[in-house]
Amino acid sequence: MPVTLPDVKKTWPNAINTVTLGATRDEGGTRTKKVTVGGATALPFHHFEGAMPYPPAIAMEVWDVAPQDWPDVLAEHFRDVWHDPGLWAKKCVEQYGADLICLRLAGCDPVKENRGPQEAAQAVKRVLESVGVPLIVWGTGNDDKDNEIFPAVAEAAAGENCLLGTITEDNYKTLVALCTAYKHKVITESPCDVNIAKQVNILATDMGFKPEDIVIYPTSAALGYGLEYVYSVMERARLAALRGDKMLSQPMICDIGIEVWGVKEAKASERELPEWGEQKERGPLWEATTAYVYLLAGADILVLRHPKAVASVRETITQLMGDGLR
Amino acid sequence: MAKLTGIEIYKHLPKTNCGDCNFPTCMAFAMQVAAKKVGLEQCPHVSAEAKAALSEAQAPPMRTVTFGAGDRAVKLGGETVLFRHEEKFHHPTVIAIRVRDDLPEGEIVQRVEKINQLQFVRVGQLIGVNAIAVEHVAGDAQRFSQAVKLAAEKSPLALVLSSPDPQALKAALDICAERRPLLCGATKENFKEFAALAKESKCPLAVRAATLEELAELTQQIKSLSVEDLVLHPEIKGLADGLAKLTQLRRLALEKNFRAVGYPVMVSVTGSDPFLETALVSTFVCKYASLVVIDGAERWQLLPILTVRQNIFTDPQVPNAVEAKLYKVGEPGPTSPVLVTTNFALTYFTVEGEVENSRVPAYIAVVDTGGLGVLNAYADDKLTAEAIVKAVKSYGVMDQVAHKKLVIPGLVAVLKGEIEDLGGWEVLVGPEEAAGIPAYLKNEWK
Repeated sequence: MPVTLPDVKKTWPNAINTVTLGATRDEGGTRTKKVTVGGATALPFHHFEGAMPYPPAIAMEVWDVAPQDWPDVLAEHFRDVWHDPGLWAKKCVEQYGADLICLRLAGCDPVKENRGPQEAAQAVKRVLESVGVPLIVWGTGNDDKDNEIFPAVAEAAAGENCLLGTITEDNYKTLVALCTAYKHKVITESPCDVNIAKQVNILATDMGFKPEDIVIYPTSAALGYGLEYVYSVMERARLAALRGDKMLSQPMICDIGIEVWGVKEAKASERELPEWGEQKERGPLWEATTAYVYLLAGADILVLRHPKAVASVRETITQLMGDGLR
Repeated sequence: MAKLTGIEIYKHLPKTNCGDCNFPTCMAFAMQVAAKKVGLEQCPHVSAEAKAALSEAQAPPMRTVTFGAGDRAVKLGGETVLFRHEEKFHHPTVIAIRVRDDLPEGEIVQRVEKINQLQFVRVGQLIGVNAIAVEHVAGDAQRFSQAVKLAAEKSPLALVLSSPDPQALKAALDICAERRPLLCGATKENFKEFAALAKESKCPLAVRAATLEELAELTQQIKSLSVEDLVLHPEIKGLADGLAKLTQLRRLALEKNFRAVGYPVMVSVTGSDPFLETALVSTFVCKYASLVVIDGAERWQLLPILTVRQNIFTDPQVPNAVEAKLYKVGEPGPTSPVLVTTNFALTYFTVEGEVENSRVPAYIAVVDTGGLGVLNAYADDKLTAEAIVKAVKSYGVMDQVAHKKLVIPGLVAVLKGEIEDLGGWEVLVGPEEAAGIPAYLKNEWK
């Protein structure tokens, strides 16, 4: 008795926006490589019913100052280069195959070294001249400080079609204006809330910014520290987008390394917590596992730190793309 | 749940309005049955045929299947939604670790004992591996029986018995039938013998096929042999194929109410790389497996796997709360800081984690906010000056420290004055985000 299965394939009225980062010499920049994300017409990796033309991209995190609090299992891979963001970025691209560099201006943070706009711009230039991949520049999260440093940052990277962030409900005008003037894309941040995610996009587009030039940052949480909230917010946003909501149709970015390497499951050595096993494996696996889960919820760009997590997430993306990657 | 309307139920009732069900009319009774307020059995006159027809139609779209015995029994399936935010996922994916019967006996015992230890406490909950899957790969059936015997003796965990040979499975069942193992698995070649074994031993049966059509065909054939506790075991080729098959199975069961696949699904993961294996397990925990069999048995690998399961199967409708009491991080003394936070689990554990990161021993005074985070609790009048002072006083913590200073979350800085008036302590305003705690405790706390 041969069985005919009812058709369960879904078609959706809307697709996720396609966003391309980086600009070559012909386009007014100096990048040798561009990265495109988004464009999906179905839920993540649902190749049986829709297209996912671009695989999610991996950005590796680089700082403008040498980090003080990275645990050894992470720091050992970057200690030789982290005095210079250019060398650090080069290592990430050449040795670990990063698709993008995410420069975090941690040194400008008022509670760290409180560096100024010129130093921030200098770090951006160092990375741009050292690697050919597109650049993400992530501010300090301190509104006043970000508004002080981003004018110099946006200008230093003029024409390079970078992704700058973040803007929030309470602080968006300066960076949106800068991204418009210097032709960059912007990251819109919301505190794990679909409605606010939408609201920030509306605020940016009300200033005349194109919705196609936005990437959503729905906030990220490490595995075990609220991952399920973020996962469901991302799934809800992606479903709303596919059903037609243009103000949620942007690709999503997950800032994973900074969350994971702050929790004890990644940071604690096996001397402190022998019952959790080897930190050398546990730390990068905690980071990679956080990424595996967000991939299913719709992550289009993943910001990661550990080379081993990067390699495994890349392999996972390849497998998830399966026949969809042509 | 597949839902029947009152009218559909009414059609199967005697329509005599006799009132023996304690409702005035058959229609009134039917409406109550439809609303699941009363059971159909409350009508003494309903025919056996009607009962059968209605119970079939009323059965949940995905069966719940139990295997294992006693307090180690595990439930598979019974899922009702595709996305956890729509309601919740009901029965956490069972994680089973594979033990092959071609290992020397000593190694089997060692491995089983190692698996028994794969239990952790996270966020106050015990999370652990639930089952051992003994796999018959040796040529000889004797080896399989011996491996099953060792696993059953050395471990209280639920068992999955996996063999292509019904004779070998029968011999193994003689050893451990009372443990109610999951039998794995029937194929189109051997399903009659496997179904007979499952029926006789009353154990659930996994059904294996290469395509979803073959799977559906096979479950119908097995069901016609009166074996209904089934687990679907689709063959998968990697992540993309697995995600596609499991998504379609879940949709068929829930959205189409397609009975032939209305069963929980299991996946066997094989792979030498523990990171990739973790990627596969994480994917299938999120996307629709009720049981995953893996090789990895290292603590650093199982902790993240079990945490993914714990996170994804958290009920999104229930605020996650910790007990409102005084917590100690490290060994705080008279000079240690006292920090106030809410009893929303995520808030508390984030604060606790950051205090640990700071390496400054501290007291954390948790206020009962009904499981709301700082801002929500403040907006909802659950985190007020009175509530904070009352909680802190009841913990007696200010008598244990010499400084009489209380650190409150930066987001409720506005409460500072009122708490100082009510409590008589000096109130310090901490950082707005937990991430700022280490810097605060190191630089500003004095």
